[in-house]
Amino acid sequence: MKILVAVSKAPDTTAKITFKDNNTAFNEDGVQWIVNPYDEWYALVRAIELKEAAPDTIIHLVSVDDSGADVILRKALALGGDEAIRVNIKPTDSFSVASQLAAVAREGAYDLILTGKETIDFNDGAVPGMLAELLDIPCIPVATKLTVENGKAVVVKEIEGGEQTEEVAFPVLISCAKGMAKQRMAGIRNVIAARSKTIKVVEPVAVDRLTEAVSFELPAAKTGVKMIEAGQEAELARLLHEEAKVF
Amino acid sequence: MSILIYIDHADGQIKKSALEAISYGAALAKNLNTTAEAIVLGKVNEDLAGLGAYGLSAVHQAADEAFDKADAQALAKTVAGVAGTLSAEVVIFAANANGIALAPRVAVRLKAGLVSSAVALPDTHTEAGFTVKKVVFSGKAFAHVKINTPVKVITLTGNSYPAQKAAGTATVSQLDLHPDLSKVTITGVQKVEGEVPLTEAEIVVSGGRGLKGPENWNLITDLAHVLHGAVACSRPVADDGWRPHHEHVGQTGIQIAPNLYIAIGISGAIQHLGGVNRSKTIVVINKDPEAPFFKAADYGIIGDAFEVVPRLTEAIKAIKG
Ligand SMILES: Cc1cc2nc3c(=O)[nH]c(=O)nc-3n(C[C@H](O)[C@H](O)[C@H](O)COP(=O)(O)OP(=O)(O)OC[C@H]3O[C@@H](n4cnc5c(N)ncnc54)[C@H](O)[C@@H]3O)c2cc1C
Repeated sequence: MKILVAVSKAPDTTAKITFKDNNTAFNEDGVQWIVNPYDEWYALVRAIELKEAAPDTIIHLVSVDDSGADVILRKALALGGDEAIRVNIKPTDSFSVASQLAAVAREGAYDLILTGKETIDFNDGAVPGMLAELLDIPCIPVATKLTVENGKAVVVKEIEGGEQTEEVAFPVLISCAKGMAKQRMAGIRNVIAARSKTIKVVEPVAVDRLTEAVSFELPAAKTGVKMIEAGQEAELARLLHEEAKVF
Repeated sequence: MSILIYIDHADGQIKKSALEAISYGAALAKNLNTTAEAIVLGKVNEDLAGLGAYGLSAVHQAADEAFDKADAQALAKTVAGVAGTLSAEVVIFAANANGIALAPRVAVRLKAGLVSSAVALPDTHTEAGFTVKKVVFSGKAFAHVKINTPVKVITLTGNSYPAQKAAGTATVSQLDLHPDLSKVTITGVQKVEGEVPLTEAEIVVSGGRGLKGPENWNLITDLAHVLHGAVACSRPVADDGWRPHHEHVGQTGIQIAPNLYIAIGISGAIQHLGGVNRSKTIVVINKDPEAPFFKAADYGIIGDAFEVVPRLTEAIKAIKG
Protein backbone atom coordinates (compact mmCIF):
# COMPACT_ATOMS: atom_id res chain seq x y z
CA MET A 1 0.00 0.00 0.00
CA LYS A 2 1.16 3.49 -0.79
CA ILE A 3 0.17 6.19 1.69
CA LEU A 4 0.42 9.96 1.35
CA VAL A 5 0.27 11.94 4.59
CA ALA A 6 -0.30 15.68 4.31
CA VAL A 7 1.36 17.66 7.08
CA SER A 8 1.24 21.32 7.80
CA LYS A 9 3.32 23.72 9.83
CA ALA A 10 1.33 25.32 12.65
CA PRO A 11 2.06 27.75 15.48
CA ASP A 12 2.72 26.06 18.81
CA THR A 13 -0.48 25.73 20.80
CA THR A 14 0.88 28.01 23.53
CA ALA A 15 1.90 30.73 21.03
CA LYS A 16 0.53 34.15 21.77
CA ILE A 17 -1.70 35.07 18.86
CA THR A 18 -1.15 38.67 17.75
CA PHE A 19 -1.41 40.50 14.45
CA LYS A 20 0.64 43.15 12.68
CA ASP A 21 0.37 45.64 9.81
CA ASN A 22 -2.86 47.09 11.12
CA ASN A 23 -4.26 43.64 11.91
CA THR A 24 -3.89 42.35 8.37
CA ALA A 25 -1.28 39.67 9.02
CA PHE A 26 -0.38 37.13 11.70
CA ASN A 27 2.61 38.27 13.71
CA GLU A 28 5.07 35.38 13.46
CA ASP A 29 7.71 37.04 15.67
CA GLY A 30 8.84 34.67 18.36
CA VAL A 31 6.38 31.99 17.33
CA GLN A 32 7.56 28.40 17.69
CA TRP A 33 6.37 26.12 14.94
CA ILE A 34 5.14 22.59 15.32
CA VAL A 35 3.71 19.90 13.10
CA ASN A 36 -0.03 20.53 13.09
CA PRO A 37 -1.16 18.22 15.95
CA TYR A 38 -3.90 16.45 13.99
CA ASP A 39 -1.46 15.69 11.18
CA GLU A 40 1.22 14.41 13.51
CA TRP A 41 -0.60 12.66 16.32
CA TYR A 42 -3.29 11.02 14.27
CA ALA A 43 -2.65 10.94 10.50
CA LEU A 44 1.08 10.31 10.51
CA VAL A 45 1.18 7.98 13.50
CA ARG A 46 -1.69 5.90 12.11
CA ALA A 47 0.19 5.62 8.79
CA ILE A 48 3.27 4.45 10.70
CA GLU A 49 1.20 1.90 12.61
CA LEU A 50 -0.17 0.56 9.32
CA LYS A 51 3.37 0.26 8.00
CA GLU A 52 4.46 -1.56 11.13
CA ALA A 53 1.70 -4.08 10.48
CA ALA A 54 2.51 -4.33 6.74
CA PRO A 55 6.20 -3.45 6.23
CA ASP A 56 6.00 -3.19 2.43
CA THR A 57 3.85 -0.08 2.92
CA ILE A 58 5.37 3.12 1.54
CA ILE A 59 4.71 6.40 3.31
CA HIS A 60 5.28 9.77 1.66
CA LEU A 61 4.79 13.01 3.54
CA VAL A 62 3.80 16.16 1.75
CA SER A 63 3.61 19.77 2.78
CA VAL A 64 2.67 22.86 0.82
CA ASP A 65 4.95 25.59 2.14
CA ASP A 66 8.19 27.48 1.66
CA SER A 67 11.52 26.21 2.97
CA GLY A 68 10.55 27.30 6.48
CA ALA A 69 8.58 24.06 6.66
CA ASP A 70 11.62 21.83 6.13
CA VAL A 71 12.28 21.58 9.87
CA ILE A 72 8.69 20.50 10.35
CA LEU A 73 9.06 17.87 7.66
CA ARG A 74 12.26 16.62 9.32
CA LYS A 75 10.42 16.42 12.62
CA ALA A 76 7.68 14.40 10.97
CA LEU A 77 10.18 12.19 9.17
CA ALA A 78 11.78 11.44 12.54
CA LEU A 79 8.52 9.82 13.59
CA GLY A 80 8.38 7.81 10.38
CA GLY A 81 7.76 7.93 6.68
CA ASP A 82 10.05 7.09 3.79
CA GLU A 83 10.45 10.46 2.16
CA ALA A 84 8.87 13.87 2.02
CA ILE A 85 7.72 16.17 -0.75
CA ARG A 86 7.47 19.92 -0.32
CA VAL A 87 5.51 21.99 -2.78
CA ASN A 88 7.44 25.21 -2.81
CA ILE A 89 4.79 27.88 -2.20
CA LYS A 90 3.36 29.60 0.86
CA PRO A 91 -0.17 28.33 1.40
CA THR A 92 -2.84 30.98 0.94
CA ASP A 93 -6.17 29.25 1.42
CA SER A 94 -7.64 25.75 1.58
CA PHE A 95 -8.25 25.61 -2.15
CA SER A 96 -4.67 26.56 -2.98
CA VAL A 97 -3.34 23.86 -0.67
CA ALA A 98 -5.79 21.25 -1.96
CA SER A 99 -4.87 22.07 -5.56
CA GLN A 100 -1.14 21.68 -4.90
CA LEU A 101 -1.72 18.45 -3.00
CA ALA A 102 -3.86 17.14 -5.85
CA ALA A 103 -0.98 17.55 -8.27
CA VAL A 104 1.32 15.58 -5.96
CA ALA A 105 -1.31 12.94 -5.29
CA ARG A 106 -1.97 12.36 -9.00
CA GLU A 107 1.72 11.92 -9.62
CA GLY A 108 2.15 9.34 -6.86
CA ALA A 109 -0.98 7.19 -7.36
CA TYR A 110 -1.56 6.64 -3.65
CA ASP A 111 -4.03 4.12 -2.22
CA LEU A 112 -4.59 6.06 0.95
CA ILE A 113 -4.28 9.77 1.67
CA LEU A 114 -4.32 10.82 5.31
CA THR A 115 -4.66 14.37 6.60
CA GLY A 116 -5.43 15.91 9.98
CA LYS A 117 -9.03 16.94 10.59
CA GLU A 118 -8.03 20.60 10.30
CA THR A 119 -5.06 22.87 10.92
CA ILE A 120 -5.04 24.68 14.22
CA ASP A 121 -4.40 28.05 12.57
CA PHE A 122 -7.06 28.44 9.91
CA ASN A 123 -9.39 25.70 11.16
CA ASP A 124 -11.10 25.28 7.82
CA GLY A 125 -11.11 21.50 7.77
CA ALA A 126 -11.72 21.96 4.06
CA VAL A 127 -8.54 20.66 2.45
CA PRO A 128 -9.56 16.98 2.78
CA GLY A 129 -12.93 17.41 1.06
CA MET A 130 -11.54 19.71 -1.63
CA LEU A 131 -8.62 17.40 -2.36
CA ALA A 132 -10.90 14.37 -2.59
CA GLU A 133 -13.22 16.22 -4.95
CA LEU A 134 -10.30 17.31 -7.14
CA LEU A 135 -9.12 13.68 -7.25
CA ASP A 136 -12.66 12.36 -7.63
CA ILE A 137 -12.22 9.90 -4.76
CA PRO A 138 -14.25 9.31 -1.59
CA CYS A 139 -13.33 11.13 1.61
CA ILE A 140 -14.25 10.33 5.17
CA PRO A 141 -13.67 13.38 7.32
CA VAL A 142 -13.05 13.52 11.07
CA ALA A 143 -12.32 9.82 11.46
CA THR A 144 -11.41 8.38 14.85
CA LYS A 145 -10.50 4.82 13.78
CA LEU A 146 -9.10 3.24 10.66
CA THR A 147 -8.38 -0.40 10.00
CA VAL A 148 -7.78 -2.29 6.79
CA GLU A 149 -9.98 -5.35 6.45
CA ASN A 150 -10.29 -7.55 3.35
CA GLY A 151 -8.64 -4.93 1.21
CA LYS A 152 -11.05 -2.22 2.32
CA ALA A 153 -10.79 0.66 4.75
CA VAL A 154 -13.09 0.37 7.75
CA VAL A 155 -13.47 3.77 9.33
CA VAL A 156 -15.25 5.14 12.36
CA LYS A 157 -16.15 8.80 12.18
CA GLU A 158 -17.78 11.27 14.51
CA ILE A 159 -21.31 12.40 13.85
CA GLU A 160 -23.48 14.64 16.06
CA GLY A 161 -24.15 12.73 19.25
CA GLY A 162 -22.31 9.55 18.34
CA GLU A 163 -20.26 7.79 15.74
CA GLN A 164 -20.74 5.92 12.52
CA THR A 165 -18.81 3.02 11.00
CA GLU A 166 -18.21 3.13 7.26
CA GLU A 167 -16.52 0.90 4.74
CA VAL A 168 -14.85 2.01 1.54
CA ALA A 169 -12.55 0.63 -1.13
CA PHE A 170 -9.20 2.27 -1.91
CA PRO A 171 -8.20 4.83 -3.04
CA VAL A 172 -9.68 6.95 -0.30
CA LEU A 173 -8.87 10.09 1.66
CA ILE A 174 -9.35 10.13 5.41
CA SER A 175 -9.04 13.14 7.71
CA CYS A 176 -7.94 12.09 11.16
CA ALA A 177 -9.06 13.15 14.62
CA LYS A 178 -8.50 12.04 18.16
CA GLY A 179 -8.70 8.30 18.80
CA MET A 180 -7.04 7.39 15.52
CA ALA A 181 -3.62 6.64 17.01
CA LYS A 182 -1.62 6.97 20.16
CA GLN A 183 0.66 9.98 20.23
CA ARG A 184 4.35 9.01 20.21
CA MET A 185 7.75 10.66 20.43
CA ALA A 186 10.62 10.24 18.02
CA GLY A 187 13.70 8.61 19.56
CA ILE A 188 17.08 10.29 19.08
CA ARG A 189 18.16 7.55 16.65
CA ASN A 190 15.18 8.29 14.46
CA VAL A 191 15.87 12.01 14.60
CA ILE A 192 19.38 11.34 13.29
CA ALA A 193 18.12 8.89 10.67
CA ALA A 194 15.59 11.46 9.48
CA ARG A 195 18.41 13.83 8.56
CA SER A 196 19.37 11.63 5.65
CA LYS A 197 15.84 11.12 4.35
CA THR A 198 14.94 12.93 1.15
CA ILE A 199 12.82 16.07 1.03
CA LYS A 200 11.94 16.45 -2.62
CA VAL A 201 11.07 20.02 -3.55
CA VAL A 202 8.58 20.44 -6.36
CA GLU A 203 7.40 23.68 -7.92
CA PRO A 204 3.73 24.67 -7.56
CA VAL A 205 1.03 24.54 -10.20
CA ALA A 206 -0.88 27.76 -11.01
CA VAL A 207 -3.99 28.20 -8.86
CA ASP A 208 -6.59 30.98 -8.74
CA ARG A 209 -6.90 32.90 -5.50
CA LEU A 210 -10.47 32.22 -4.41
CA THR A 211 -10.38 33.70 -0.91
CA GLU A 212 -8.08 35.86 1.18
CA ALA A 213 -8.00 36.88 4.82
CA VAL A 214 -8.16 40.69 4.76
CA SER A 215 -8.05 41.37 8.49
CA PHE A 216 -7.93 39.73 11.89
CA GLU A 217 -9.26 40.53 15.34
CA LEU A 218 -8.93 39.12 18.83
CA PRO A 219 -12.01 38.15 20.82
CA ALA A 220 -13.33 40.86 23.14
CA ALA A 221 -11.83 40.42 26.57
CA LYS A 222 -14.18 39.51 29.41
CA THR A 223 -15.10 42.56 31.44
CA GLY A 224 -14.26 40.92 34.73
CA VAL A 225 -15.39 37.97 36.70
CA LYS A 226 -18.04 38.20 39.39
CA MET A 227 -16.86 36.08 42.31
CA ILE A 228 -19.35 34.31 44.53
CA GLU A 229 -18.39 32.85 47.90
CA ALA A 230 -18.37 29.09 48.24
CA GLY A 231 -21.54 28.29 50.16
CA GLN A 232 -23.50 30.93 48.23
CA GLU A 233 -24.39 28.62 45.34
CA ALA A 234 -28.02 29.72 45.55
CA GLU A 235 -26.82 33.24 44.72
CA LEU A 236 -24.93 31.94 41.67
CA ALA A 237 -28.02 30.03 40.56
CA ARG A 238 -30.08 33.20 40.94
CA LEU A 239 -27.58 35.27 38.91
CA LEU A 240 -27.51 32.67 36.14
CA HIS A 241 -31.29 32.65 36.08
CA GLU A 242 -32.06 36.35 36.46
CA GLU A 243 -28.97 38.23 35.29
CA ALA A 244 -27.35 36.01 32.66
CA LYS A 245 -30.73 34.45 31.85
CA VAL A 246 -29.13 31.24 30.66
CA PHE A 247 -31.77 28.92 32.07
CA MET B 1 -30.02 34.57 -8.31
CA SER B 2 -30.71 33.27 -4.83
CA ILE B 3 -29.23 31.99 -1.60
CA LEU B 4 -29.34 28.22 -1.26
CA ILE B 5 -29.30 26.58 2.16
CA TYR B 6 -28.59 22.90 2.63
CA ILE B 7 -30.98 21.42 5.19
CA ASP B 8 -29.21 18.81 7.27
CA HIS B 9 -31.34 16.22 8.99
CA ALA B 10 -31.03 12.94 10.83
CA ASP B 11 -33.68 10.33 11.62
CA GLY B 12 -36.28 12.41 9.79
CA GLN B 13 -35.67 15.45 12.00
CA ILE B 14 -34.24 18.73 10.79
CA LYS B 15 -31.22 19.63 12.90
CA LYS B 16 -31.12 22.76 15.01
CA SER B 17 -27.95 23.78 13.17
CA ALA B 18 -29.90 23.62 9.90
CA LEU B 19 -32.52 26.02 11.28
CA GLU B 20 -29.73 28.39 12.25
CA ALA B 21 -28.32 28.11 8.72
CA ILE B 22 -31.75 28.90 7.27
CA SER B 23 -32.18 32.02 9.42
CA TYR B 24 -28.65 33.09 8.51
CA GLY B 25 -29.30 32.53 4.80
CA ALA B 26 -32.62 34.37 4.98
CA ALA B 27 -30.98 37.39 6.62
CA LEU B 28 -28.25 37.37 3.98
CA ALA B 29 -30.84 37.11 1.21
CA LYS B 30 -32.57 40.17 2.63
CA ASN B 31 -29.29 42.12 2.63
CA LEU B 32 -28.68 41.13 -0.97
CA ASN B 33 -32.25 41.72 -2.11
CA THR B 34 -32.73 38.18 -3.19
CA THR B 35 -34.59 35.08 -2.00
CA ALA B 36 -33.58 32.29 0.32
CA GLU B 37 -34.28 28.78 -0.91
CA ALA B 38 -33.35 25.44 0.56
CA ILE B 39 -32.53 21.98 -0.59
CA VAL B 40 -33.49 18.82 1.30
CA LEU B 41 -32.15 15.47 0.17
CA GLY B 42 -33.84 12.35 1.48
CA LYS B 43 -36.75 11.78 3.80
CA VAL B 44 -37.83 14.17 6.55
CA ASN B 45 -40.90 13.90 8.76
CA GLU B 46 -41.37 17.63 9.14
CA ASP B 47 -43.56 20.22 7.52
CA LEU B 48 -41.26 21.71 4.90
CA ALA B 49 -43.67 24.49 3.94
CA GLY B 50 -43.53 25.57 7.59
CA LEU B 51 -39.84 26.39 7.14
CA GLY B 52 -41.11 29.57 5.48
CA ALA B 53 -41.41 30.83 9.05
CA TYR B 54 -37.63 30.97 9.16
CA GLY B 55 -37.53 33.13 6.04
CA LEU B 56 -37.39 30.61 3.20
CA SER B 57 -39.38 31.30 0.07
CA ALA B 58 -38.91 27.87 -1.46
CA VAL B 59 -37.85 24.39 -0.44
CA HIS B 60 -36.65 21.93 -3.08
CA GLN B 61 -36.78 18.33 -2.02
CA ALA B 62 -35.42 15.21 -3.65
CA ALA B 63 -37.13 12.68 -1.44
CA ASP B 64 -35.47 9.53 -2.76
CA GLU B 65 -34.54 7.58 0.39
CA ALA B 66 -31.32 6.56 -1.31
CA PHE B 67 -30.06 10.03 -0.39
CA ASP B 68 -30.19 9.09 3.30
CA LYS B 69 -27.40 6.58 2.75
CA ALA B 70 -25.57 8.42 0.00
CA ASP B 71 -21.94 9.44 0.53
CA ALA B 72 -20.63 12.99 0.44
CA GLN B 73 -19.39 12.63 -3.13
CA ALA B 74 -22.86 11.75 -4.41
CA LEU B 75 -24.63 14.33 -2.23
CA ALA B 76 -22.23 17.11 -3.23
CA LYS B 77 -22.81 16.39 -6.90
CA THR B 78 -26.56 16.76 -6.42
CA VAL B 79 -26.29 19.93 -4.30
CA ALA B 80 -23.89 21.54 -6.77
CA GLY B 81 -26.21 20.60 -9.62
CA VAL B 82 -29.22 22.19 -7.95
CA ALA B 83 -27.18 25.27 -7.00
CA GLY B 84 -26.27 25.62 -10.67
CA THR B 85 -29.84 25.23 -11.86
CA LEU B 86 -31.05 27.87 -9.39
CA SER B 87 -28.08 30.15 -10.16
CA ALA B 88 -27.43 30.26 -6.43
CA GLU B 89 -25.04 33.03 -5.50
CA VAL B 90 -24.27 31.74 -2.02
CA VAL B 91 -24.61 28.17 -0.76
CA ILE B 92 -24.80 27.73 3.02
CA PHE B 93 -24.20 24.68 5.20
CA ALA B 94 -24.12 24.13 8.95
CA ALA B 95 -20.51 23.65 10.04
CA ASN B 96 -21.17 20.16 11.37
CA ALA B 97 -20.12 16.63 10.37
CA ASN B 98 -22.11 16.68 7.14
CA GLY B 99 -21.29 20.28 6.36
CA ILE B 100 -17.58 19.63 6.61
CA ALA B 101 -17.94 16.67 4.27
CA LEU B 102 -20.09 18.47 1.70
CA ALA B 103 -19.16 22.15 1.58
CA PRO B 104 -15.56 21.73 0.33
CA ARG B 105 -16.72 19.37 -2.42
CA VAL B 106 -19.56 21.64 -3.49
CA ALA B 107 -17.18 24.61 -3.49
CA VAL B 108 -14.77 22.78 -5.81
CA ARG B 109 -17.59 21.78 -8.12
CA LEU B 110 -18.92 25.35 -8.30
CA LYS B 111 -15.44 26.90 -8.48
CA ALA B 112 -16.56 28.85 -5.45
CA GLY B 113 -14.52 30.36 -2.66
CA LEU B 114 -15.33 28.76 0.69
CA VAL B 115 -15.37 30.21 4.18
CA SER B 116 -15.66 27.55 6.89
CA SER B 117 -16.91 28.18 10.42
CA ALA B 118 -18.45 31.60 9.87
CA VAL B 119 -19.63 33.32 13.05
CA ALA B 120 -21.48 36.33 11.65
CA LEU B 121 -23.40 37.50 8.61
CA PRO B 122 -21.19 38.43 5.65
CA ASP B 123 -20.28 42.04 5.13
CA THR B 124 -21.62 42.64 1.68
CA HIS B 125 -21.08 46.35 1.33
CA THR B 126 -17.48 46.83 2.41
CA GLU B 127 -14.74 48.22 0.24
CA ALA B 128 -13.05 44.85 0.38
CA GLY B 129 -16.06 43.19 -1.23
CA PHE B 130 -17.85 40.19 0.23
CA THR B 131 -16.17 39.28 3.51
CA VAL B 132 -17.10 36.75 6.16
CA LYS B 133 -15.97 36.63 9.77
CA LYS B 134 -14.73 33.22 10.85
CA VAL B 135 -12.94 31.54 13.72
CA VAL B 136 -9.18 31.11 13.35
CA PHE B 137 -6.42 29.88 15.65
CA SER B 138 -8.90 27.48 17.22
CA GLY B 139 -11.01 30.19 18.77
CA LYS B 140 -8.16 32.48 19.81
CA ALA B 141 -8.95 34.98 17.03
CA PHE B 142 -11.23 35.82 14.13
CA ALA B 143 -10.42 36.53 10.50
CA HIS B 144 -12.42 38.50 7.96
CA VAL B 145 -12.10 36.49 4.79
CA LYS B 146 -12.90 37.96 1.41
CA ILE B 147 -14.40 35.69 -1.22
CA ASN B 148 -13.31 36.64 -4.73
CA THR B 149 -15.53 34.32 -6.75
CA PRO B 150 -19.03 35.04 -8.09
CA VAL B 151 -20.41 31.95 -6.34
CA LYS B 152 -19.67 31.59 -2.65
CA VAL B 153 -19.93 28.76 -0.12
CA ILE B 154 -20.18 29.31 3.64
CA THR B 155 -20.43 26.94 6.59
CA LEU B 156 -21.97 28.42 9.73
CA THR B 157 -20.64 27.63 13.21
CA GLY B 158 -23.27 26.26 15.58
CA ASN B 159 -24.76 28.62 18.18
CA SER B 160 -23.37 31.71 16.47
CA TYR B 161 -26.53 32.81 14.67
CA PRO B 162 -29.94 32.22 16.27
CA ALA B 163 -32.74 30.37 14.49
CA GLN B 164 -35.48 33.01 14.21
CA LYS B 165 -39.05 32.01 13.65
CA ALA B 166 -41.73 34.41 12.42
CA ALA B 167 -44.68 33.82 10.11
CA GLY B 168 -44.64 32.60 6.54
CA THR B 169 -44.81 29.54 4.36
CA ALA B 170 -42.46 28.29 1.70
CA THR B 171 -43.41 26.67 -1.57
CA VAL B 172 -42.29 23.05 -1.67
CA SER B 173 -41.26 21.44 -4.91
CA GLN B 174 -40.16 17.89 -5.55
CA LEU B 175 -37.05 17.26 -7.60
CA ASP B 176 -36.77 14.08 -9.59
CA LEU B 177 -33.15 13.49 -8.65
CA HIS B 178 -31.34 10.37 -7.49
CA PRO B 179 -27.85 9.97 -6.06
CA ASP B 180 -24.96 8.27 -7.81
CA LEU B 181 -24.01 4.92 -6.38
CA SER B 182 -22.14 5.54 -3.12
CA LYS B 183 -18.58 4.37 -2.79
CA VAL B 184 -18.83 4.56 1.00
CA THR B 185 -21.15 2.15 2.81
CA ILE B 186 -22.46 2.90 6.29
CA THR B 187 -22.20 -0.31 8.30
CA GLY B 188 -23.16 0.92 11.75
CA VAL B 189 -24.34 3.92 13.74
CA GLN B 190 -23.69 4.21 17.46
CA LYS B 191 -25.66 7.05 18.98
CA VAL B 192 -25.31 8.01 22.58
CA GLU B 193 -28.97 7.83 23.53
CA GLY B 194 -30.72 10.71 25.18
CA GLU B 195 -27.73 13.02 25.21
CA VAL B 196 -27.67 16.48 23.72
CA PRO B 197 -24.99 16.67 20.99
CA LEU B 198 -22.18 18.86 22.26
CA THR B 199 -22.03 21.18 19.26
CA GLU B 200 -25.76 21.89 19.43
CA ALA B 201 -26.05 22.22 23.20
CA GLU B 202 -27.00 25.57 24.68
CA ILE B 203 -25.65 24.57 28.07
CA VAL B 204 -22.48 22.57 28.61
CA VAL B 205 -21.14 21.30 31.93
CA SER B 206 -17.50 20.33 31.71
CA GLY B 207 -15.13 18.54 34.07
CA GLY B 208 -11.35 18.47 34.34
CA ARG B 209 -8.67 16.60 36.18
CA GLY B 210 -9.78 18.30 39.37
CA LEU B 211 -12.55 15.70 39.62
CA LYS B 212 -9.93 13.09 40.47
CA GLY B 213 -11.45 10.18 38.55
CA PRO B 214 -14.29 8.93 36.34
CA GLU B 215 -16.15 7.60 39.38
CA ASN B 216 -16.94 11.19 40.36
CA TRP B 217 -18.55 12.17 37.07
CA ASN B 218 -22.05 12.03 38.51
CA LEU B 219 -21.20 15.50 39.83
CA ILE B 220 -20.99 16.71 36.22
CA THR B 221 -23.83 14.66 34.75
CA ASP B 222 -26.26 15.48 37.58
CA LEU B 223 -25.73 19.19 37.05
CA ALA B 224 -25.98 18.76 33.27
CA HIS B 225 -29.26 16.86 33.62
CA VAL B 226 -30.86 19.52 35.78
CA LEU B 227 -29.91 22.10 33.14
CA HIS B 228 -30.75 19.85 30.16
CA GLY B 229 -27.19 20.42 29.03
CA ALA B 230 -24.47 18.35 27.45
CA VAL B 231 -21.32 17.15 29.20
CA ALA B 232 -17.76 17.85 28.12
CA CYS B 233 -14.26 17.44 29.52
CA SER B 234 -10.69 18.67 29.26
CA ARG B 235 -8.17 16.82 27.15
CA PRO B 236 -6.29 14.86 29.83
CA VAL B 237 -9.63 13.54 31.08
CA ALA B 238 -10.31 12.02 27.66
CA ASP B 239 -6.68 10.95 27.20
CA ASP B 240 -6.79 9.03 30.48
CA GLY B 241 -9.95 7.30 29.37
CA TRP B 242 -12.11 8.81 32.12
CA ARG B 243 -14.50 10.08 29.46
CA PRO B 244 -14.99 9.35 25.74
CA HIS B 245 -12.96 11.31 23.19
CA HIS B 246 -15.98 12.99 21.65
CA GLU B 247 -16.49 14.95 24.89
CA HIS B 248 -13.04 16.56 24.72
CA VAL B 249 -13.32 20.29 24.08
CA GLY B 250 -10.53 22.74 23.31
CA GLN B 251 -8.08 23.64 20.65
CA THR B 252 -7.50 20.01 19.69
CA GLY B 253 -10.98 18.86 20.59
CA ILE B 254 -14.43 20.11 19.77
CA GLN B 255 -14.91 23.87 19.66
CA ILE B 256 -18.15 25.02 21.18
CA ALA B 257 -20.00 28.27 21.85
CA PRO B 258 -22.95 27.50 24.12
CA ASN B 259 -24.93 30.11 26.04
CA LEU B 260 -23.59 28.70 29.29
CA TYR B 261 -20.33 26.84 29.89
CA ILE B 262 -19.64 25.61 33.42
CA ALA B 263 -16.02 24.54 33.93
CA ILE B 264 -15.42 22.41 37.00
CA GLY B 265 -11.92 21.46 38.14
CA ILE B 266 -10.40 22.72 34.89
CA SER B 267 -7.35 24.97 35.15
CA GLY B 268 -8.04 26.96 31.97
CA ALA B 269 -4.95 26.21 29.89
CA ILE B 270 -4.72 28.26 26.71
CA GLN B 271 -5.46 25.18 24.60
CA HIS B 272 -8.63 24.55 26.55
CA LEU B 273 -9.80 28.17 26.43
CA GLY B 274 -9.46 28.35 22.66
CA GLY B 275 -12.25 25.84 22.25
CA VAL B 276 -14.70 27.37 24.70
CA ASN B 277 -14.05 31.11 24.95
CA ARG B 278 -16.86 32.03 22.58
CA SER B 279 -19.37 30.71 25.13
CA LYS B 280 -21.68 33.54 26.08
CA THR B 281 -21.55 33.00 29.84
CA ILE B 282 -18.71 31.12 31.54
CA VAL B 283 -18.84 29.86 35.11
CA VAL B 284 -15.67 28.55 36.72
CA ILE B 285 -15.53 26.40 39.83
CA ASN B 286 -11.99 25.76 41.00
CA LYS B 287 -10.31 25.42 44.37
CA ASP B 288 -7.25 27.35 43.23
CA PRO B 289 -7.80 31.13 43.30
CA GLU B 290 -4.90 31.47 40.84
CA ALA B 291 -6.47 29.19 38.21
CA PRO B 292 -6.12 31.04 34.87
CA PHE B 293 -9.69 30.15 33.94
CA PHE B 294 -11.07 32.82 36.30
CA LYS B 295 -9.69 35.50 33.95
CA ALA B 296 -11.90 34.18 31.17
CA ALA B 297 -14.97 33.72 33.35
CA ASP B 298 -18.13 35.71 33.98
CA TYR B 299 -18.89 34.06 37.31
CA GLY B 300 -16.56 32.17 39.59
CA ILE B 301 -16.55 30.23 42.80
CA ILE B 302 -13.32 29.40 44.58
CA GLY B 303 -14.01 26.15 46.33
CA ASP B 304 -13.94 22.39 46.37
CA ALA B 305 -15.99 21.02 43.49
CA PHE B 306 -17.09 18.08 45.62
CA GLU B 307 -18.90 20.48 47.93
CA VAL B 308 -19.83 23.33 45.59
CA VAL B 309 -21.29 21.40 42.67
CA PRO B 310 -23.93 19.36 44.55
CA ARG B 311 -25.10 22.56 46.26
CA LEU B 312 -25.29 24.37 42.91
CA THR B 313 -27.23 21.49 41.39
CA GLU B 314 -29.74 21.66 44.25
CA ALA B 315 -30.02 25.45 43.98
CA ILE B 316 -30.78 25.25 40.27
CA LYS B 317 -33.28 22.46 40.88
CA ALA B 318 -35.00 24.69 43.42
CA ILE B 319 -35.35 27.53 40.90
CA LYS B 320 -36.59 25.22 38.19
CA GLY B 321 -39.14 23.89 40.67
C1 LIG C 1 -0.66 20.64 21.58
C2 LIG C 1 -1.58 20.64 22.76
C3 LIG C 1 -2.96 20.66 22.55
C4 LIG C 1 -3.84 20.65 23.63
N1 LIG C 1 -5.19 20.69 23.39
C5 LIG C 1 -6.04 20.71 24.44
C6 LIG C 1 -7.46 20.77 24.24
O1 LIG C 1 -7.95 20.77 23.12
N2 LIG C 1 -8.27 20.79 25.32
C7 LIG C 1 -7.80 20.76 26.61
O2 LIG C 1 -8.60 20.79 27.56
N3 LIG C 1 -6.47 20.71 26.82
C8 LIG C 1 -5.59 20.67 25.77
N4 LIG C 1 -4.25 20.58 26.02
C9 LIG C 1 -3.80 20.37 27.41
C10 LIG C 1 -3.74 21.63 28.24
O3 LIG C 1 -2.47 22.23 28.05
C11 LIG C 1 -3.92 21.30 29.73
O4 LIG C 1 -2.93 20.38 30.11
C12 LIG C 1 -5.27 20.73 30.09
O5 LIG C 1 -6.32 21.52 29.55
C13 LIG C 1 -5.43 20.63 31.57
O6 LIG C 1 -6.60 19.94 31.90
P1 LIG C 1 -7.30 20.17 33.31
O7 LIG C 1 -7.59 21.59 33.46
O8 LIG C 1 -8.43 19.21 33.38
O9 LIG C 1 -6.20 19.64 34.34
P2 LIG C 1 -5.21 20.43 35.28
O10 LIG C 1 -4.43 21.44 34.55
O11 LIG C 1 -4.52 19.40 36.05
O12 LIG C 1 -6.15 21.25 36.22
C14 LIG C 1 -6.99 20.70 37.19
C15 LIG C 1 -7.65 21.86 37.89
O13 LIG C 1 -8.56 21.32 38.84
C16 LIG C 1 -8.46 22.12 40.02
N5 LIG C 1 -8.91 21.25 41.12
C17 LIG C 1 -8.27 20.20 41.67
N6 LIG C 1 -9.03 19.65 42.64
C18 LIG C 1 -10.16 20.37 42.71
C19 LIG C 1 -11.31 20.30 43.50
N7 LIG C 1 -11.48 19.36 44.43
N8 LIG C 1 -12.29 21.21 43.31
C20 LIG C 1 -12.14 22.18 42.37
N9 LIG C 1 -11.07 22.28 41.59
C21 LIG C 1 -10.09 21.39 41.74
C22 LIG C 1 -7.04 22.54 40.11
O14 LIG C 1 -6.92 23.70 40.87
C23 LIG C 1 -6.69 22.76 38.64
O15 LIG C 1 -6.94 24.10 38.27
C24 LIG C 1 -3.34 20.61 24.95
C25 LIG C 1 -1.97 20.59 25.16
C26 LIG C 1 -1.09 20.61 24.09
C27 LIG C 1 0.39 20.60 24.36
